[in-house]
Amino acid sequence: MSLAFSILPASDVPIFRQVMQQVQLGVVMGKLQVGEQVPAVRVLAESLVINPNTVARAYQELIRDGVLESRQGRGVFVAERRQDFSGEERGIRPRRSAEQLCHEAILLAASLPEARIAVDAAWKNLRDEVQQSQNLKSKKP
Amino acid sequence: MNPVIEIKGLTKYYGTKEIVRDLSLTVPPGMIYGFLGRNGTGKTTTIRVLLGFEEPTRGETRVFGEDSRRLSPATRARIGYLPEGHHVYGWMTVAECGRFQASFFKSWNQEIFDAVITHFRLTKSMKAGHLSRGQCAGLCLAMTLAPEPELLVLDDPALGLDPVARRSLLQSMLYVTRRPERTILFSSHLLSDVERVADRIVVMDGGVLRADCTVDQFRSSVRQYILKFRGLPPPTPELPGLLESFRTDDQLAITLANPTADTEALLAALNPVSLEPVEMSLEDAFVSYVGERGEKTFFIREPDKK
Repeated sequence: MSLAFSILPASDVPIFRQVMQQVQLGVVMGKLQVGEQVPAVRVLAESLVINPNTVARAYQELIRDGVLESRQGRGVFVAERRQDFSGEERGIRPRRSAEQLCHEAILLAASLPEARIAVDAAWKNLRDEVQQSQNLKSKKP
Repeated sequence: MNPVIEIKGLTKYYGTKEIVRDLSLTVPPGMIYGFLGRNGTGKTTTIRVLLGFEEPTRGETRVFGEDSRRLSPATRARIGYLPEGHHVYGWMTVAECGRFQASFFKSWNQEIFDAVITHFRLTKSMKAGHLSRGQCAGLCLAMTLAPEPELLVLDDPALGLDPVARRSLLQSMLYVTRRPERTILFSSHLLSDVERVADRIVVMDGGVLRADCTVDQFRSSVRQYILKFRGLPPPTPELPGLLESFRTDDQLAITLANPTADTEALLAALNPVSLEPVEMSLEDAFVSYVGERGEKTFFIREPDKK
C-alpha cells in the first residue's frame, strides 16, 4: 500500500481520528482501491509508533462508517464506497477549516482573492493527483 | 483476570509531610498505563511503595496478588523496574553491565539485551561512564527488558532523552507489549509520548488521584467552550467543574471538567451570539486540569468501567 501516514501527537485532533482521516483521504485520492487490504493493526501501529488499540479503534470507526470492511479471519479491506456524512458534518468541518485558512491568510496579509486562488490551486492539485493515480491503476493489468 | 497492580487507600507520609493521600488504583494485565502529574505529586513515592522500597503509612499495595512489603524473589523476578535517572556503574563496559545484571536473574534473554543495545546504537565495549544520557537510558532499558518481565515499571524513562532516543524508547515499549499479558506503568511529563502509546492515563495532583481513564476520555472530559457576545461578555456564572475562564472584549473562553447537558444549558443561558465547544490537545487539557487555577474537586473516570 502506498499510503504515507504521519501522526502529530500534540495536535488537538485525537490520534485515532488522524488515522481515520488519512485512510479516508487515501480512499478518496484513489491511493487505496476498493477491495484493497489495509495494513494489519499491529503493523501499522508499530510503524507509526502508536498504541495498537488506537489503530484498532480507527479501523472500527471506519468499518462503522462503511469506509472499511472486516472479512472474517482475513483482515480489513476498503469497502465499496458510500457517502456517509451527516449534513451537519458537511457544514461544520469545511467551515472550521476555512476559518483556519482565513486566519493564516490574514496573518500573512493576503487578500480574499489571493486566499481563493490558493484554495482553487489546492483543489485542482488534489483532483489531478486523484486522476493520475486512477490512470496508473487502470493501466495495470 | 487478576489485576497486576492493586493499590487500596494508600497514604504515605514522610515525617509530617503527606506525599500520597488515600490512593486507590487497579491495573489489569496487558495494559500500558501512563502515570502523569507535576513534579512532587507523589508518583515516584507511589512506585517505591508499590515495589516494596518504602512502607505505606496506611493502606495496602499488591503486585501480582502479593503484598508489596513481602514480595517473594519469584514475584520480584516478574517485575522490571527502571528507576528515575538511569543509574549504572560507570567503570563497567556495556557488556559487563549486561553480565552483572544477568547474574541477578534466573531468566535472561541475551537476544533482547543485544537488540535494545543495537537499537540505541551502543557497542559492547563502550564504557558505561562515557555514555550520553540517551545511550545510558538505552543501556538501562536493555538491562530491564532482558529478563523479560511481565510488569514493567518505568519512572520517567524519557527524562533528558533526545527525540530519536525517545522514539526508540516508545518502540521498545510497544514491542514489549506484543505479548498480551505484559503490563507497563510509566511516568512521564511528555504528553505527546503518553498519547502515542498509553491505553489509559492516571493523573495525580498534590498526592491525590485525579483521573483514571483513557486518553480520549480525559480529552473529552476537559472541554473548552468559546462564547461570543456582542459587546462585553457577562460575568462568569457559577459552573460545576469550572477549570478556567478567560475573558476578552467580546468573548468568553470557559474550560470545564466533566461538562453535562445541564452545564451546557447554563452556558447557553448567558445568551451568547455563538457557543462552540473546542477540542483540546492532551497537553492543553492536562494543563487546565492540574494547573494552578480553578477548583480541585473533580475526578475523571470512565462511566462504564469494565
